[in-house]
Order: sequence, then C-alpha cells, then structure tokens
Amino acid sequence: MVHIKRLQEEGTDVLAIVGEIDASSSIDLDLAIAKSLSEGYTKILVDCSALEYISSAGLGVFMSYIEEFKEKNFKMVIFGMKEKVANTFNILGLDVLLTIVPTKQEAKKKLSEI
Amino acid sequence: MKYKYNIGCSLDNLLGVRDFIRKSLKKHVASEVTMNEIVLALDEMCSNLMIHAHHCDPDHLLELNIATGPEGNLVFEITDDGTIFDINAFDEPTLDNLISVKRKGGLGIRLVKSIMDNIEYQKRDGKNVCRLTKKI
Repeated sequence: MVHIKRLQEEGTDVLAIVGEIDASSSIDLDLAIAKSLSEGYTKILVDCSALEYISSAGLGVFMSYIEEFKEKNFKMVIFGMKEKVANTFNILGLDVLLTIVPTKQEAKKKLSEI
Repeated sequence: MKYKYNIGCSLDNLLGVRDFIRKSLKKHVASEVTMNEIVLALDEMCSNLMIHAHHCDPDHLLELNIATGPEGNLVFEITDDGTIFDINAFDEPTLDNLISVKRKGGLGIRLVKSIMDNIEYQKRDGKNVCRLTKKI
C-alpha cells in the first residue's frame, strides 16, 4: 500500500511517498508524476522519508522518466531515503542515473544547480 | 527453522508475502538492509511468476518455503506448476537500454541475482521448484 501526498512549494511540486511500492502499487507513483507534469510542473522533489520499501516496478517508474526529463530539461531530485531503500537503488547503480540527496535542504539546493 | 506460505497469484498478495518473510526471519536476520534485500529478492521472484507464468490468476498458487540450510544459510524454495521461468536463462538488458526503450521491466532479475548467492531450478513431483540460497 502506498499513499502519495502532493504539496507545492515555490513553484516546485513535492511528492511525498508514504508506504511501500511494489508491482501492484507502482502505478500510483507513475500516475502522480504524470499528473504533476500534466499540470505544468517542471521541477519535482520526491520525498522518500516515509518510503519503507521499493521493488523493481517502482525503480522502473523513475527510470522511465529519465529521458523525458533530460529532453525537456525538467528536474527531479529524490531525497530522504532510509538506508534499506537507498541500498535497493545502489545495487543497480541507479544512484548514478538519478539525482539522489540525503535531505530536503540539499534537494532544494540541487534543484537550483542542475 | 521452517516456514511455509501459500500465495494466490494476485499482485495484491505481495504485501502479505513480504510481511510473512519479515515475520519469519525476524529472529534470524539482524541487519535491516539484509532483511530488506531478502524480502526484495523474493518479492521479485513471486511477482515475476505471478505475471509471466500465471497471468495473475488468483486461483493459481505459489508455495514459499523458508528453511535454514547448512552453515546457517537461508534457503528459500518457491514451488509452482506453471510454465518454467528460469531467470538464469534470462538475458538482462543493460541499464542504458532500459532507459532508452523506457521499459519498466528487467530490473527485478538483476536485483535477485545480485542479492542471492545461488539460484537453481529442479522438478519435484511434476512441479517447478526454484531454490534460492542466501549466506548470512
């Protein structure tokens, strides 16, 4: 089960993922990102501080947006991951392909840099 | 240690599978990271089977067994009677390829192979048994 809360801060859409993302719930993450883009947001912060688990289906959602974000110069920064969740990204080397930082403060800073 | 869980092939049941694994291994796996890796690998295996071998038919069953092997290794067996889905024979796409074709699959098998120390398949009483071993 996953809940995705959206909150807008200074023109940035902040998506807070609460719970677990698996093959059954990854669609919710996909829809949340798609909705944000359809509303015109070009800067997205993904708050993972309450994300307890992610499987390949969820990782695949993040991966599927990499090209589109690059082409359109949209920005996405992921922050707040627990060690066990960060480890899942690291096993596949996705920490290199995605922009991941420890805190929200660093995520905001990163958004202005990239 | 020996635990057994029967799972109907619906993706909605994956949460229950993860809870079962976490509860079963609570006293055997101290590290939160290792626990999550094991849960992840088995979740990936079960969801692969549900999708590719059983077309998410909730009336089809998977059986998950957890036991302690020699030298304290953890041994997981997933038994089913669908089409055999041998991940050792699956050629994983590269990460670059996954991004360019926007495919949302192929990552799970890579995870399982990274996490588990051994993965083997055998036929037992006409059923497929996938045996995964994790050294602790």
